[in-house]
Amino acid sequence: MTNEIRSPYPHYDVLDKWDSPSWNDQTRDVVARRLREVPERRFLSEHLYAVLDVVVARLVPQPDRPDAAVPITPWLDHRLDTDGGEGYRKESVPPQRHAWPKGLSALDGEARARHGVSFTEIGPEQQDALLGRVQQGDVDADTWDGLPAAAFFSDVLSATLGVYYAHPAAWSEIGFGGPASPRGYVRLGPEGRDPWEAGKRSDP
Amino acid sequence: MTSSTTPRAQGGRAPDVFSFDPDACVPMRTYADDDEVDFVIVGTGAGGGTLACKLAEAGFRVVALDAGPFWRPLTEFASDERAQGDLYWTDKRITAGDDPLELGSNNSGKGVGGSTVHFTMVSLRFRPDWFQSRSRLGYALDWPITYDDLAPYYAEAEDALKIAGPVRYPWGPPRGRYPYRPHEPNASGLVLAKGCERVGYRWASVPLATVSAPRGKAHPCVYRGFCVVGCSTNAKQSVLVTWIPRAIAAGAEVRDLAHVGQVEMGPGGRATGVVYHRDGAWCRQRAKNVVVAGYSIETPRLLLNSATGAFPDGLANSSGLVGRGLMAHANDGVYGTMDEEIRWYKGPPVMTLSEHWNYDDDKDFPGGYAFMSQGPLPISWAQSVAANRGMWGLDLRRYLLDYNRMAGFKIVGEVEPQDGNRVELAGHEDALGLKVPRVTFSYSENDKKLKRHARRVMREALEAAGGRDLWEADGTAHLMGGCRMGSDPATSVTNADGRTWDVPNLWVCDGSLFPTGGGVNPSLTIQALACRIGDRIATMARSGDL
Repeated sequence: MTNEIRSPYPHYDVLDKWDSPSWNDQTRDVVARRLREVPERRFLSEHLYAVLDVVVARLVPQPDRPDAAVPITPWLDHRLDTDGGEGYRKESVPPQRHAWPKGLSALDGEARARHGVSFTEIGPEQQDALLGRVQQGDVDADTWDGLPAAAFFSDVLSATLGVYYAHPAAWSEIGFGGPASPRGYVRLGPEGRDPWEAGKRSDP
Repeated sequence: MTSSTTPRAQGGRAPDVFSFDPDACVPMRTYADDDEVDFVIVGTGAGGGTLACKLAEAGFRVVALDAGPFWRPLTEFASDERAQGDLYWTDKRITAGDDPLELGSNNSGKGVGGSTVHFTMVSLRFRPDWFQSRSRLGYALDWPITYDDLAPYYAEAEDALKIAGPVRYPWGPPRGRYPYRPHEPNASGLVLAKGCERVGYRWASVPLATVSAPRGKAHPCVYRGFCVVGCSTNAKQSVLVTWIPRAIAAGAEVRDLAHVGQVEMGPGGRATGVVYHRDGAWCRQRAKNVVVAGYSIETPRLLLNSATGAFPDGLANSSGLVGRGLMAHANDGVYGTMDEEIRWYKGPPVMTLSEHWNYDDDKDFPGGYAFMSQGPLPISWAQSVAANRGMWGLDLRRYLLDYNRMAGFKIVGEVEPQDGNRVELAGHEDALGLKVPRVTFSYSENDKKLKRHARRVMREALEAAGGRDLWEADGTAHLMGGCRMGSDPATSVTNADGRTWDVPNLWVCDGSLFPTGGGVNPSLTIQALACRIGDRIATMARSGDL
């Protein structure tokens, strides 16, 4: 039960509106490419890509989708490959293409120092405990070599959420209306729900 | 949205922003680079776009340059947070200080129309006393103009944008009716209304720059809720669909994807034009006057990057104040879970507000704040929860399942202008070889008092409205200052007309002029200032004072 994700909107799939007036051509185009053109690994090494993949699976676990997890790591690698994102950085944090490999290596180094094996090989509880320390900046200074661990953690978490909550499966699970143009909404008040919005479990 | 890398506004044509035909254009006057135009304007947002219109309509020969693309909202703007990331200024920037600012999507635009393409459309006037904060309220600085100087231009900007607002706005001096009727508040806005009524604050519908009735080719706002990632119906009255089409119709040339790297100086201490990068090459536009309107980071950056032998510290910087006095707004928030479904993704994100603490001075800090209802889209909501609650993993995914029962308020809170909050040049260069800006920001002790007060007030109101499991969010919004206007060349960069004290044909026209930031969103005041500066320039030209 502790692994369960119980959406309030189990019967809702935002993609059912694909051909409706809620979706215009330009939106269908960008979402179709997102769903179909998942990028190949290009930036991170095979090993660091595997470390990131495990990190992402702890930051946004998807036990409810054993065979069809929303792809996140490929888009993070793509972001590094294209040096995408918001462009600015804190003075104390190196550029992302430098910081991310360094942070992932440091995380892996912490796992090896504590458990004798790679971060990818320790158990989920140990992974979570280690990530919790990184979040707090409670890390081995030599291993991290000046990289602010807490800032690295929040960058990775923020970018991870930016990928996951851009996926229609995530929109459906939280009952977000999703794309809405040219048709927007009419019933804006409390408990107001247009027929093309997510219905709750209890709704007919 | 497909990123645009080839200029579209050229060859005597500019994109027709009102057409569903992706190739439709409007005719546009063009000028040769060696044609000495009356005004070259750097930036086409709330400051530069508005001024381009005013000056072109006054008969001046105007070229306005923007570093970003000329979008076609109807056919290019997707209903998608991630795909619309191209609207923001994401060039390299360094942030520093005790409270480093979030930039990018938070407060910057790159494209014709500037950040008004993705603003929340909140269109408020300053409290009149704020123009004389020092002499009337005892803090910060006075502006070199009064509210009465600006009032007619507020009205002009409100009419140009067909602001939809209440018949009688409850704060500030009496004003005429807003041009369009107010929007009916959404459920999120009604949470604020309920909380305010129970605690004893007045509230109001926010005057919004999205039409509540048809205007031209645009139908009324359909409440699709993607306002902060660009409006795909043109209901939003951004600069891209208001001042820019007017400017082009009046004979201005707007050049997209034209990144200005330097203001050029000639003999006699006068500017001669700008050097800009477009379509892979550096070009030079000659002009009798140069207006810098790149907002609070790029405007100081350009003046600093334009240093010459005669102006070794950057242009217009004899006061040493170029880049200083940078301000943001405190944007603290309080969120909670409601019993009923709110579904705050519907409608403009900000529909109701209380300006009580902008007008009540019984508090232990200078400055004021407004608090406003909210409606974040999923990605920014998830990121805010994670950043402020420290949640991740299944805990976070589960918490976010309640997205549709969330409500909350955020402030637009005044921060003090401090010389230490500033834009400088970092030691390294961007892809165009231009020095990257370094942006330093730290809250003052007074700012922190304001933030604490606001959080307490918002908690009280949200609890009164029925919110449970409350939590608080940190953050800033907007940018202001960095090239402040004033009455004394020793303590300001420009005079009341935005004309720099040091270079008589070099002007600034954007939010960087603000000596103080007030407790309301800045875009309407920037546009009113631009209208006033446009009128002043026309008046000076008639009397031979240019």
